[in-house]
Amino acid sequence: MSTEVADKPVKIEEKSEDLFSKRRRKIVSDPLNEDNPITVQVLGICSALAVTTQLSPTLIMAISVVFVVVFSNLIISLIRNMVPGRVRIIVQLAVIATLVTLVDQVLKAYFYDAWKVLSVFVGLIITNCIVMGRLEAFAMGNKPYDSVLDGLGSGFGYAWVILAVAFFRELFGSGAIFGFKVFEAVGIENFPTNGLMVSPVGAFMILGIIIWVQRSLTGYTER
Amino acid sequence: MRQSNTYIIVFSAVLTVILGGLLSVTSVGLKPMQDMQVALDTQKKILGAVMDLQPTDDIPAIYESRVESLVVDANGEEVTEVEGEPVVAEKVNIASQFDKDPKDRLYPVYEFRGDDDKFEAYILPIYGKGLWDDIWGYIALASDLKTIKGVVFDHKGETPGLGARITTIEVQERFKGKNIYNDVGELVAVRMMKGESGDPSIYNDNEVDGMSGATITAKGVNNMIANYLGYYQPYLKKVESGAQASKATVEKPQTGV
Repeated sequence: MSTEVADKPVKIEEKSEDLFSKRRRKIVSDPLNEDNPITVQVLGICSALAVTTQLSPTLIMAISVVFVVVFSNLIISLIRNMVPGRVRIIVQLAVIATLVTLVDQVLKAYFYDAWKVLSVFVGLIITNCIVMGRLEAFAMGNKPYDSVLDGLGSGFGYAWVILAVAFFRELFGSGAIFGFKVFEAVGIENFPTNGLMVSPVGAFMILGIIIWVQRSLTGYTER
Repeated sequence: MRQSNTYIIVFSAVLTVILGGLLSVTSVGLKPMQDMQVALDTQKKILGAVMDLQPTDDIPAIYESRVESLVVDANGEEVTEVEGEPVVAEKVNIASQFDKDPKDRLYPVYEFRGDDDKFEAYILPIYGKGLWDDIWGYIALASDLKTIKGVVFDHKGETPGLGARITTIEVQERFKGKNIYNDVGELVAVRMMKGESGDPSIYNDNEVDGMSGATITAKGVNNMIANYLGYYQPYLKKVESGAQASKATVEKPQTGV
């Protein structure tokens, strides 16, 4: 009886952290800007170049990556204490590969046109360094809820950059936004579309400009 | 934390079973939907050769009411079953047929009918090699079996902005109204010329404007069209001689897709 009474106050003292505490908000917001996976860490470049010709496939790619990184973070974080250290990379890879295959199958069943454009790149999410990087660096050592927040942050950090690239590429390369011909709508017929923007070179240029602008705003320099 | 080998093996085995099971269930569960999407895509391509489809169009309904399909062999004889299995034109995989000898291939034929149920065009699948990888499409011949009513092309890996332009309406439009026979009635198909003049009037009935910077893709398109028109020649000849008169007037039987 006496021991139970002594134990209780200890449990109460563990006060739970606020659902959106400052630390947790930072987990989400950091990858959006100061620690952006694409512009600062320069990860996930290949898909950022390949899928960004038009906005609508890019949007689906962005959603897929957010889904995969959030749920792989969650799953790995849930089983982090069970995962044997010596095979942890393989376990992470198996979880990612499963989620990516699920996304691929669902896209094929419900978004066939987008799947035809994206299927190769959806498969390549498996090797997207952003996802594995988050699992190894964060989810293996943090609680599930924090890991989900971290996944959301990294996923959206990736998403806004590729959507920004796609916006400019589709606008200047095809004269459209989400397939809607904006220049014709505002009365500019014969808008000279830039073929460079349709090829991957255009993505390099826009990505370079975004990185430049963003780094000069945040004052980040390579160390 | 260092676990025993047994733990690692058991953990890996359990993980594999769980993940594998999850994938199998998804794959089986989504299969019907995926097959439907593939079929819809095929229908879209076939109809795309003869009409401008809008995203709002009910493609399966249009296809059901307008298109009738059959499969022929290299001699132009209709094929209804292979090794006891009934042959469905829409299910014939043109890519894997392409790997066979032309004499052994199956050739699907799609008959397209107009609003008034009158025979309007034959839509024939075509397949070939571009610069980097395979190219394919459909070519629609008007009821005179000479004039091209429309074409649709697709590709796997042609250069974006150059060879990949074969998928654009702008390039495909150039084939409309061209004749696949020359003045003396020989099958010459239609050739995409070298260079891009932008002036359709300088070409004769068997030539279309080329694509600047994509000469090899254009050559692939030329070979693909010429080869497949050659393969379909026995069937088209058969239709032309005699059967055509009855075929064009016969009631369209209902076909399930």
